Amino acid sequence: MTALTQTLGRAGGVNLLPVFIAVIAFVLIGAPSSWITLTVAGLAMGMMLFLMASGLSLVFGLMDVLNFGHSAFVSFGAFISATVLAGLGGWLTADSWALNSMALIAAYLAAITFGLIAGWFFETVIIKPVYRDHLRQILITIGAMIVAEQTILAFWGGTPFSVARPAFLEGSWIIGDVSIEIYRAFAFALGAAVFVMLYLVLNRTRIGLLIRAGVEDREMVEALGFRVDRLFIGVFMLGSALAALGGAMWAGYETLITPHMGADLMIVVFIVVIIGGLGSIEGTLLGAVLVGLMSNYVGFLAPKLALASNMILMVAILLWRPNGLRPAVK
Amino acid sequence: MSNPMTQTPANTGTMMVKGVVALIAALLLFAPFLFQDTRSLEVAARICIFIVLVASFDLLIGYTGIVSFAHTMFFGFGAYGAAILLKQMGPGWTPVILGALAGVGVSLVFAVVIGLLSLRVKAIFFAMITLAAASVVLVLASQLSHITGGEDGIIYKSPDLFKTATKLAVDEDGKVLRLWGVRLNGKLAAYYFVFATSLILFLAMLRFVGSPFGTVLKAIRENEARAEAIGYRVVAYRTAVFCLSAAIASLAGTVYAVWLKYTGPDTALSFSIMIDILLMVVIGGMGTMWGAVIGAVLMILAQYYLRDLMGAAAEATANIPILPQLLAPDRWLFWLGIIFILLVYFFPKGIAGTAMERGAAKGGGA
Repeated sequence: MTALTQTLGRAGGVNLLPVFIAVIAFVLIGAPSSWITLTVAGLAMGMMLFLMASGLSLVFGLMDVLNFGHSAFVSFGAFISATVLAGLGGWLTADSWALNSMALIAAYLAAITFGLIAGWFFETVIIKPVYRDHLRQILITIGAMIVAEQTILAFWGGTPFSVARPAFLEGSWIIGDVSIEIYRAFAFALGAAVFVMLYLVLNRTRIGLLIRAGVEDREMVEALGFRVDRLFIGVFMLGSALAALGGAMWAGYETLITPHMGADLMIVVFIVVIIGGLGSIEGTLLGAVLVGLMSNYVGFLAPKLALASNMILMVAILLWRPNGLRPAVK
Repeated sequence: MSNPMTQTPANTGTMMVKGVVALIAALLLFAPFLFQDTRSLEVAARICIFIVLVASFDLLIGYTGIVSFAHTMFFGFGAYGAAILLKQMGPGWTPVILGALAGVGVSLVFAVVIGLLSLRVKAIFFAMITLAAASVVLVLASQLSHITGGEDGIIYKSPDLFKTATKLAVDEDGKVLRLWGVRLNGKLAAYYFVFATSLILFLAMLRFVGSPFGTVLKAIRENEARAEAIGYRVVAYRTAVFCLSAAIASLAGTVYAVWLKYTGPDTALSFSIMIDILLMVVIGGMGTMWGAVIGAVLMILAQYYLRDLMGAAAEATANIPILPQLLAPDRWLFWLGIIFILLVYFFPKGIAGTAMERGAAKGGGA
């Protein structure tokens, strides 16, 4: 038994969980072609969830701040990028690959810029006065979420908003009898690129070193003379920008968005963060991929259980590891 | 959060708060006679039930400092318990009682599981996990349509006593007797059923808060580590109070289901009710019980009557850009959200808490 545990640990430990689930699902589904489609969809969804959740997890790890209003950045990102895409409709339908991607980049940049500015505003105006007071943090960020959602309703109205996709991301690749939606592959690639970048920043740069040290023991880092609060504003802005980007990508994935999308996604994002463990982006990625795969597989095998499956997954993991799979916060 | 001085009997703020609560109680008691139209009675009944619901939430947030987002879930269990049985078994008291018991039972099971699962790790997990659990239950309720009626909910009949056609007292001609112009019919009985159960539940909670158990809860809220060090099992106490507030919320749900004769996701489970409860408890004042009364009354009056006011304001400002959109009657939550944020900043004790503290400061100085 111990030998088995050690072998598993050497092979990657909890990181093997997604593979494990994928293998079980392969057996249950039986048809390799649908399994591949579902796996790609699950990975793409996981990557977008990772973008939305990473900021939340880091912010909590670094400053012990739990932001229930995080979903506001997701919805605003989605609506802003959708509006930009609608405004640049001419570029989208043009038969030029360059113009298409220009429109997409403009939309994403708008979402990210908004995320950075709103994150800064949110941190300094809303969250700063209530550091270290969880109860008021939860209440205030909930209040901010209500106001944000109502603002979206006031600007964009309550009817679902349809999102244009650039032409080159439409359709799917067909390899044999396997079909892969191009947008999903794109979402996966972009999410993976962001993860690699984040990983490198956190593990290879001085700022990243400080952030990781701050997560582990903030007071010590402060005692050594570093301004953790400034670092925190930066992390908060980055997290908000990533959430907005995640929302923008999600908008393209769903193609129809409503002002309540943020609140709906928030539940899933929380589950991701709890499963992964607070404070580490590796944990968040693991949680996001697990949730993404799980909801796609279960959605195919037993559609009625789709949302409950995430909940069951969370309960099971919490029973096994009460702090999540890979927490950085002790 | 609580000031020991507020406990002394002789202070004007506390007296004022209690006076207001007594006035509200009197108004609610005579509501059918004072406001003789259907809408007002609807508002009064809703206020009664929400006072209980908010007070039971206050047990949790105000007396232990943990935030749960699953309170409507328990409310919904109680409501659906009664609703499903009333639909299946027909009108009568047995389904109401069985439904109430079933609702409380399911609520207790959920509360114990959630409490033990999340409270032992970190209080902050609790907020997230309750949110996730509540959303799953909401989705299940709208998907299992053969049991719960799905999005449409369930329409059913309440026990015969509460039918509008029921005559509580008749005059010589065999018509319904009128008292001060109010027909003594089943509707009146239904209102007083709601009022009496709410009053009993509220008084029970008030008694509970004053008991030694309540004192331990306050100790945990003020200083968790110290309470643990003195020898109180914090997790056990928190789980116990979570169960208690869940059970009371579930009972309130049953009463609401009997009053409304309809139960659906929007009236019993939706996330917006949870937001309402949160706003009510914070506006009224956490950790006072009296605050729950004030908060519930203000919010529900705002819900029913502020919209009319905002509609007028939106028309008045029709020429200014953006402002009419923000003043539209549907955007009332926007303003409440802003008021809520400002309250949490500047008056974290809410209306009742602030009034009690001011009064205490004055009384102490004099």
